Amino acid sequence: MTGYEPVIGIETHVELTTQSKMFCGCAVEFGGEPNTRTCPVCLGLPGALPVPNREAIQGILRIGAALGCTIVEHSLFHRKNYFYPDLPKNYQISQYDVPICVDGMLEVDVHGETAKVGITRVHMEEDTGKSRHSSSSGRIHEAEHSLLDFNRSGVPLVEIVTEPDIRSPDEARAYATELQRIVRTLGVSDVRLEEGSMRFDANVSVRPVGQTAYGIRAEVKNMNSLRSLQRAIGYEIERQVAVLESGDEVVQETRHWDEASGVTTSMRSKEESEDYRYFQEPDLVPLQVDDAWQQAVRSSLPELPAVRRARYVAAGLDVPNAASLVDDEALGALFDAAVATGADAAQVGNWLTGEVVAFLRKEELDSAGGTGLRAADLVELSSMVADATVSASAAKDVLRGVLAGEGRSRQVAEQRDLIQISDTSLIEAEVDAVLAAHPDELQRMQSGDMKPLGYLVGQVMRATKGKADPKLVSELLRLKGVG
Amino acid sequence: MPIDIDIAKVAKLARIALDDDELAGYQEQCTLILEHAERVQSVDTEGVPPTAHAFPMVNSFRDDVVEASLDRTEVLAMAPDTEEGYFRVPAILGDDGEAST
Amino acid sequence: MTDPADLTIPEAGAALRRRELTAVELLDAVLQRAAVTEAHLHAYLTIDRSGALDAAELADATLASGATPLGPLHGIPVALKDNLCTRGVETTCSSQILAGYEPPYDATVVQRLREAGAVVVGKTNLDEFAMGSSTENSAYGVTRNPWDPERVPGGSSGGSAAAVAAGSALGALGTDTGGSVRQPAALCGVVGMKPTYGLASRYGLIAFASSLDQVGPFARTVAGAVTLLEAIAGWDPKDATSIPHDVPDFSGSLDAGVAGLTIGVVEELSSDAIEPEVRAQIGAMLDRLADRGAEIVPVSIPLVDMGLSVYYLIAPAECSANLARFDGVRYGLRVDGETTEEMMANTRGEGFGAEVIRRVLLGTYALSAGYYDAFYGQAQRVRTLMRQAFTAAYDEVDVLVSATSPTTAFRIGEKTADPLTMYYSDVCSIPSNLVGDPAISLPLGLDEAGLPTAIQVMAPALGEERLFQVAAEIERLAGFTARARLATSVVTAPGASV
Ligand SMILES: [Mg+2]
Ligand SMILES: [Zn+2]
Repeated sequence: MTGYEPVIGIETHVELTTQSKMFCGCAVEFGGEPNTRTCPVCLGLPGALPVPNREAIQGILRIGAALGCTIVEHSLFHRKNYFYPDLPKNYQISQYDVPICVDGMLEVDVHGETAKVGITRVHMEEDTGKSRHSSSSGRIHEAEHSLLDFNRSGVPLVEIVTEPDIRSPDEARAYATELQRIVRTLGVSDVRLEEGSMRFDANVSVRPVGQTAYGIRAEVKNMNSLRSLQRAIGYEIERQVAVLESGDEVVQETRHWDEASGVTTSMRSKEESEDYRYFQEPDLVPLQVDDAWQQAVRSSLPELPAVRRARYVAAGLDVPNAASLVDDEALGALFDAAVATGADAAQVGNWLTGEVVAFLRKEELDSAGGTGLRAADLVELSSMVADATVSASAAKDVLRGVLAGEGRSRQVAEQRDLIQISDTSLIEAEVDAVLAAHPDELQRMQSGDMKPLGYLVGQVMRATKGKADPKLVSELLRLKGVG
Repeated sequence: MPIDIDIAKVAKLARIALDDDELAGYQEQCTLILEHAERVQSVDTEGVPPTAHAFPMVNSFRDDVVEASLDRTEVLAMAPDTEEGYFRVPAILGDDGEAST
Repeated sequence: MTDPADLTIPEAGAALRRRELTAVELLDAVLQRAAVTEAHLHAYLTIDRSGALDAAELADATLASGATPLGPLHGIPVALKDNLCTRGVETTCSSQILAGYEPPYDATVVQRLREAGAVVVGKTNLDEFAMGSSTENSAYGVTRNPWDPERVPGGSSGGSAAAVAAGSALGALGTDTGGSVRQPAALCGVVGMKPTYGLASRYGLIAFASSLDQVGPFARTVAGAVTLLEAIAGWDPKDATSIPHDVPDFSGSLDAGVAGLTIGVVEELSSDAIEPEVRAQIGAMLDRLADRGAEIVPVSIPLVDMGLSVYYLIAPAECSANLARFDGVRYGLRVDGETTEEMMANTRGEGFGAEVIRRVLLGTYALSAGYYDAFYGQAQRVRTLMRQAFTAAYDEVDVLVSATSPTTAFRIGEKTADPLTMYYSDVCSIPSNLVGDPAISLPLGLDEAGLPTAIQVMAPALGEERLFQVAAEIERLAGFTARARLATSVVTAPGASV
């Protein structure tokens, strides 16, 4: 694809985890028996009217504020009109020309480089029901009939639209990942891609390097993981470049990503181009978010991932380790709690991102929340290292024992016999014995050749089964041997 | 501007099956009505905001409280066709998968 | 003794509380009246005998227990336009597409009537989805005017107006989007009122044009209409457009008269297009109001002439979306098709009548890409100017008056061929819907043909109290006591009285 530059924009839909739906009192839950969480409003029964959920508005304002958006003081709901059987009213209540949040920006890290992704808008809408297609393949084209479940109908949905600022599949993935982190940190959605509570569509086009006008774009849908988002965009870029290279034009259309075959295919092209006939929703009144409300939202925001990463780096962690503490909330919480109680930040950071992450990987756990590790264990261990009760290397053994459920830090150190010998007289005796057994090495050191020192330290360590403080041993050997 | 309604396209957008005679009749009537309604264009509305609500209000909300849903038996009893707790419809043309949100 | 079906709401309420009459006896009288008049009128689509009897018996039991102070609607038989949802009772909007549909819930206004002790007699006929001015656009047959069965009762709430005029209900609810309560009230010689937009809940009112629709009462007297409105008005948490405002006691100033008030006469609604006899009777009434101390002034609101045009862009646009939900998927009619798309199109093609299809197509077009700004957008901006013009007018006057309808009741079939002629029936009533203000129609007298004439009074938003004050004075001055021919002839018919 040399010679071409991809131009990518991403639309993300996030379902909010409010108690009740966007415009009615039905519960927001995932799964369950079909059509058990419906009412006149979310079934689109004649005469039913929507009333917006205040908490959902609060949720979208938090997202918008976290993405650095301007919160629009007066915004409007519109009806987006299209017929589809999973859309009960055959219009979706959404926002159109005056969304609630605009003009944000998200900085993402792509292989150590910072990329800025502009956020065009963040708007509020309602989710549709779900259709199931009865055929062996589950593909809609072969289905003889379809089944509809309206449990999801009316779940609050936030749509986040980027500028066409993204330039690579990796950057797209980095953006999506960072967005997921932010929304999770805000606690307004469970952002589970596999359950559809976070969904991505990508607008992809390519243009010759140096050209300023955008190429013709295709909208790619049906990516169910961050990896498939990245793969689908990668495939689509290659496809479009090949189309252009062969002298053809890219068709503006919607394409479906097929995870199994790893390709995008054109969806049945619509006979009519979409004409959503937007108009202001007459059943709802405008939203007014005044200064006081905006301030309250902004001041209620938690520490965002980027800020948190910077804090960890400032505490002495390297960038990847800082990132992994942010990605696993439980890991980050252990770090913060341990450091707050006086543990050494760099040391605890290394343990968490080293031994603990390795343990999680080995045990196939998603999060440190699934282990019995407590911040108090880290604090205890850190102080044991500080006062030389255990060596730095033995501390890692202790941590593995704690993760394995053998007990608390001191307990494990004792059971595994890892407590350092801090009694100088015992070490002195071993040093004397080693020097006596190695007269040649002693001789060389006394004549100024210090090379045998390391070997002798090793001998003392072996004799003490590693429990002596090697620094102390080295000093004693020097003192006694050279004088 | 002259009223020129592509009535077949409009009927398709509105999802109403009509035969050619019906379409011709509606085209004529809708054209007449619009030719009358077009008079609104003679009013100078430069700088005038639109009115969507006759009684201006803002921020009408409900609290985030779960209320009882309808009983599924009652819900499905209204439906023309159902299957195992679902509403059932003929095969869906159009998009593969769900409608766009 | 008077047939109880001929009592007004306050009269019947007083008789019930004095134990001269039971709610069951009152219901019986109304049902007997309906048994005779329905064959001529077809005001009702559904009469819910058993539900009404249960409600009447309950009302009597509550009366007998003497436990709670009973409101003025307690035990009063009322009719509901069939676009108001009633739990478990068929609600069709006079459309094939909702044939057999039984809502799982009551509209808020229906619930409030029931809580006030009213007895719901049944559901009345309307123009399909409230689109029409004559109740001829019903999938279930026309309703006739009790004053002359060859004539229309007006519409779209023609069934409710006819029932109240005939005595087959003491009061009724209708809905008014462009005059659909006031115009049939005028043509049937009863009182009909449209409240300020947002005063009465729309929850459970099957929407035609959401920004214009309001539920309004019918009664034979202003006091009856006030009683019904007081029962249904007030904030509803289920309707985001309902006004969070305490509802005042509208009946407080009914006896206050008009001395010192300024009454504006809308010049644009007094033209030659209004039938001369209607104009003459309004003029005479204005003279009498002046005698009672009101100042009568002419008011010009030129934009009123744009009302119909604005209305026929906004209402169809909103209806095209509101009626999209009738698609054969979840309830109502389904006409099969190979695919869901075909099924939906077939269902809608067969399920909707011609006027509904016409307006859905019109609205779809007015909202579609390339036309929005010239039609819908411009209509919304003109609507703003109209509101400003009415606000300015109310700086000078307390209320405005005009005819309610340019004509008295017209003949069945007279205007069905030409939609524009039919639409003109609402020329006087539409402005109040566009600006959101309250308005009332009340009978003045009869014309030479023996058909009722009417006057419309309009007031600024939430000016109901002043509106009723003026209406009550007009009612006293008019002294309209004539009864519809059908109501009086059946009263004297053998076996018809209780
Ligand atoms: Mg969307
Ligand atoms: Zn619901």
